Amino acid sequence: MSKWRDGVRRFGLAIPMLSWAGVALADYTFNFPTPVTPIAHDTLRVHNLFMVIALVLFFGVFALILYSIFKHRKSAGHKAADFTAPRGGKQWFFVLVPFAALLYIDYIVFGIPAYHAVLMYEDTKTDAEMVVKVIGSQWKWQYEYPEEGIKFVSVLTTPQDQISNKAPKGEHYLLEVDNPLVVPAGRKIRFITTSTDVIHSWWVPAFGVKRDAVPGFLREFWATIDTPGIYRGQCAELCGKDHGFMPVVVHALPEAEYKQWVAQKKDAMAKQAASADKTWSKDELMALGKEVYAKACAACHQPDGKGLPPAFPPIAGAKVAAAPFLDKDGRLVKDGHLDRVMNGKAGTAMQAFKSTLSDAEIAAVVTYERNAFGNTAGDLVQPAQVKGLR
Amino acid sequence: MTTVAVHGHDAHHEQATGFKRWLVTTNHKDIGTMYLIFAFTMLMVGGLMILLVRAELFQPGLQLMQPGFYNQLVTLHGLIMVFGAAMPAATGLANWMLPLMIGAPDMALPRLNNWSFWILPPAAVMLVTPFVLGLFGVGTGAVDTGWTMYAPLSVQTGWGMDFAIFAVHMLGMSSILASINVVVTILNMRAPGMTMMKMPVFAWAFLMTAILLIIVMPVLAGGVTMVLMDRHFGTHFFDAAGGGDPVLWQHIFWFMGHPEVYVLLLPIAGVIPHVLSTFSRKPMYGYKGQVYAIIAITVLSVMVWAHHMFTSGMSVGAQLYFMYSTMLISLPLAVLFFCWIATFWRGSMSFEAPMLFALGFVVLFGWGGLTGLVLADAAADAQYHNAYFLVAHFHYALYPTVIMGAMAGVYYWLPKWTGNMYDEKLARLHFWITVIAFNLTFIPQFFVGLAGMPRRIPDYALQFVEFNMISSVGAFILGFAHLLFIYIVIKCVRGGEKAKDKSWEGAEGLEWTVPSPAPYHTFDTQPVIK
Repeated sequence: MSKWRDGVRRFGLAIPMLSWAGVALADYTFNFPTPVTPIAHDTLRVHNLFMVIALVLFFGVFALILYSIFKHRKSAGHKAADFTAPRGGKQWFFVLVPFAALLYIDYIVFGIPAYHAVLMYEDTKTDAEMVVKVIGSQWKWQYEYPEEGIKFVSVLTTPQDQISNKAPKGEHYLLEVDNPLVVPAGRKIRFITTSTDVIHSWWVPAFGVKRDAVPGFLREFWATIDTPGIYRGQCAELCGKDHGFMPVVVHALPEAEYKQWVAQKKDAMAKQAASADKTWSKDELMALGKEVYAKACAACHQPDGKGLPPAFPPIAGAKVAAAPFLDKDGRLVKDGHLDRVMNGKAGTAMQAFKSTLSDAEIAAVVTYERNAFGNTAGDLVQPAQVKGLR
Repeated sequence: MTTVAVHGHDAHHEQATGFKRWLVTTNHKDIGTMYLIFAFTMLMVGGLMILLVRAELFQPGLQLMQPGFYNQLVTLHGLIMVFGAAMPAATGLANWMLPLMIGAPDMALPRLNNWSFWILPPAAVMLVTPFVLGLFGVGTGAVDTGWTMYAPLSVQTGWGMDFAIFAVHMLGMSSILASINVVVTILNMRAPGMTMMKMPVFAWAFLMTAILLIIVMPVLAGGVTMVLMDRHFGTHFFDAAGGGDPVLWQHIFWFMGHPEVYVLLLPIAGVIPHVLSTFSRKPMYGYKGQVYAIIAITVLSVMVWAHHMFTSGMSVGAQLYFMYSTMLISLPLAVLFFCWIATFWRGSMSFEAPMLFALGFVVLFGWGGLTGLVLADAAADAQYHNAYFLVAHFHYALYPTVIMGAMAGVYYWLPKWTGNMYDEKLARLHFWITVIAFNLTFIPQFFVGLAGMPRRIPDYALQFVEFNMISSVGAFILGFAHLLFIYIVIKCVRGGEKAKDKSWEGAEGLEWTVPSPAPYHTFDTQPVIK
C-alpha cells in the first residue's frame, strides 16, 4: 500500500503543476466528508448508491456505443441496416425495458427513500432539545441561544497577509473564526435562520444540511451531531464581495463541557452588559474601537479607512465623521454617524450594527472612527448613550 | 455573387456593399452568418473572462484580482455564455438552415429578422460597458450578483446591475422576435407536401425552442423590471420589510432559467440526429418518438423550476412535487438517447469531425443528465447545491450541448455554407483536444464539490488545491481548442477542396439539393415533397 502511494506521489511530483502546490497527494478526497448527523449519513448512502447506478448505466451505455463504433464502421466494411422503428412484439419489448428500468430507478430506488429523507429533513420540531438562531450578515454569522440568552458574532480570523500571499497559509486557511458556534453533541438542535441583508446559506458538509438565510423570513433545519469534534463549512450563496470569506466553524462538545461553556459565556455576557453603564476613557474606547473596526468595518471601509469608492465610501476625511451625531435634544441625527452605524443605510451594503454589536462596541467604534485616520472630531461616544438610544 | 445570373430577380434591387450590406440585409443566410460570428465573438469574450477566473483559482490566495472584480467576471461569464453565445449560435443555425431544410425561400419575416439580430450587439455592449468603465476606475463595475441575479443582492449592488437589466430586456426582445420568426416560418413556409410529421427533426426542435422562449422570456423581462423598480422607484417586490419576498425573485428567475436549459438543449437535439444519420448512412431511428419526446420536454420544462431552490426553503409538498416532476424529465430524455444510439447502431459509420462531435455530445451529455438525477433528490440536493458538484454537473449538461453540439452542426454544414471542405485532420485534432481538456477541467470539479467547495468563491481552503490546479490547466487547454476552431473555419472560408452539392455520402434532406456554396437565394420555386 505505502509503496503504491509512494509511486503515486512520485508520479504526481513529476508533473510540475502538482509539485507547485507542495501539498501531499494524500489530501485528495473523492467523496463527502465523514458524516456525523442522521441526514448526512442518509445523503452519503443515497450518493454512494446513486453513483454506482449512474456509473454502471454510463459505462454500460458507453460500452454499447464503443462496440457499435468498432463493429459498425464503414472502414470495417459494415453494411448499414435500415430499421427506423421497433418492429414486432419482441423489439417493442426491448425498447420498453430501458424505460421501465429508468422508471423503477427514478421512482422506486430513489423516489421512495427520497420521500422519507425529505420528511426527515424538514422535521425540525419532533424531539428538538434546543434552538440555535443563525443570522447571516455581510460577511459574518451571528449565533443566538434564546434559552440561554447567549448571542455572539463569528467572523473569519485568517490574517489578510495569508490571503494576499505575504505569509504562509495556516492549516485551516479561510475556515477559521474568532467565535465558533458551540453546541452539544448528541442533542437534536433546531436551527432557525434569517439574514439582516442579502441571502446567505449556512452549510456544514459533515452535517449534510444547507439552508438559505433569507432576510425577513425564518427558515429551519436541524442536526443531531453524533461525534464531538470541530466541523467547518462555508456560506453557499453568493452574498457580495466577501462571500468567500464567511466560514462556519462548529465545535460539538460533550454535554458536560458544553454546560461549562454556557456558564462561562453567560458570565462574560453579564460583564459586557455591566460595562455599558460605566464611563469609559478615550483610551479605552479607542483601544476597543480599533479591535471592533478591524472585525466589523475594515472589510469594506479598509484598514486605512480609505474605503473602496464608490461602493464603499471612505471614513477618513468623511463629513459624517466630523458632523455632530446627536441633536440638541440628545436624539440621533438622521443619517448622522451614530445613526448610520446603528441603523445602517437601506439599499446599500451598510448594515444596521445595533443587532450585532454591543453598546460598548458601537460606542467604541464610532469614537475610533471619529478620531483615527486623520479624523479629528475629538468627541467621545459613551456606551450608556448607545444603550439609551436603542 | 455568381448566383445573380442564375436568379434573375436579383437585378430588381440593388445589392448594398460593404458594411451597409450587413446592416440592412434581410437575407436569412447573411443574418445567420452574423448570428454565428456574434455568438463566437461572445464565446471568446465569456471564455476569456472565465480563464481569468481559472487563473485566479489556480492557487489559493488572491493573486490577480480582488473579490469584487472576481464576482463581476463570474457573473458576466454566465450571462454572456447563455444569452450572448449559446442562444445566438442556435438562432444562427436556425436562420441558415431552417429555410434550406423546409424548402422555403427565406424566413417568413425578413425585416424582423434583421432587427432581431441588430438588437444583439448593442445589448452586449450595454452589458459589458460598466465592466470596461470599471477597469478604468469609472463607476461600480459590471453586475456582480452571479447570472442568477438573486434579490436582494441585485437590489443592493452598483449600477452595473441597471445596465444588465436593460441588456436583458434587449436580449429578451431579440430572442422573442427571432422566435416569432421561427414559429411563423415553420408553420407557413414549409414546402408543399411537407406535413408537420414529415418535417425534419431540426425544424421540430426549433419550433419547440421558439415556443419555450416566447413563454418564458417575457417573465424574465418582467422580473428584472421589478428589480429595477425596487432599486430606483421605492417598490418592495423583493423586500420583506415592505411586504415583499426575496424568494419571489427566485421563482420568477427559474421559471425562465430552467426552461432556458432546454432552450439551449433542444436546438442541438435537432442537429444531432441528422449528423448521426448522415455518418451512419442509415435513416434516423424513431422520428415520431423524437418529436413526441421533444414536445414532452418542452411541456415538462416549464413545470419543474423550483428544483433549483430546494435549499431556499419550501413546503414538504412543494419539494416532493418538484422532485418527482423533475425525475419525469429523464423519460423523454431517455427516448432521445435511445433514438440517437439506435440511429447509428448497425449503421456504416465513418468518423468525420461532425460525427465525432455528435458522439462526444451523446456520451458527455449523458453524464450531465445522469448527475442531474441525483440533484433532483430534494434531501440530498442540500449537499450538492451551490457546490462545485453542481457547477460540474451543469457544465456537463451545457458544454457538450451548446458548444460541442453547435460545432457538430457547423462542421456538418460548413461545406454547404462555404462551398469548401474544411481541414479534416485539424478538425479531428480539435475534437480530441476539446474532449480531453473538457474532462480535465470538469471532472476535478465534481470532487472538490463533494469535498465541500462552494461555487463563486475567489479563494479556497487548502484541501481543494490540487483539483483546482488540474481544472485550471484543463480550462486553458480548452480555451486554446477554440482558437484552433476559428483557424479551421477561416481556412475553410478562404479555400480548400471544393464541396459537392451533397457534401456527405450519407446526407439526406433538402439542403443537400441546392448547390454548394448555397446561392444567395434558394428555393425561389418551392420543391414538392411526396
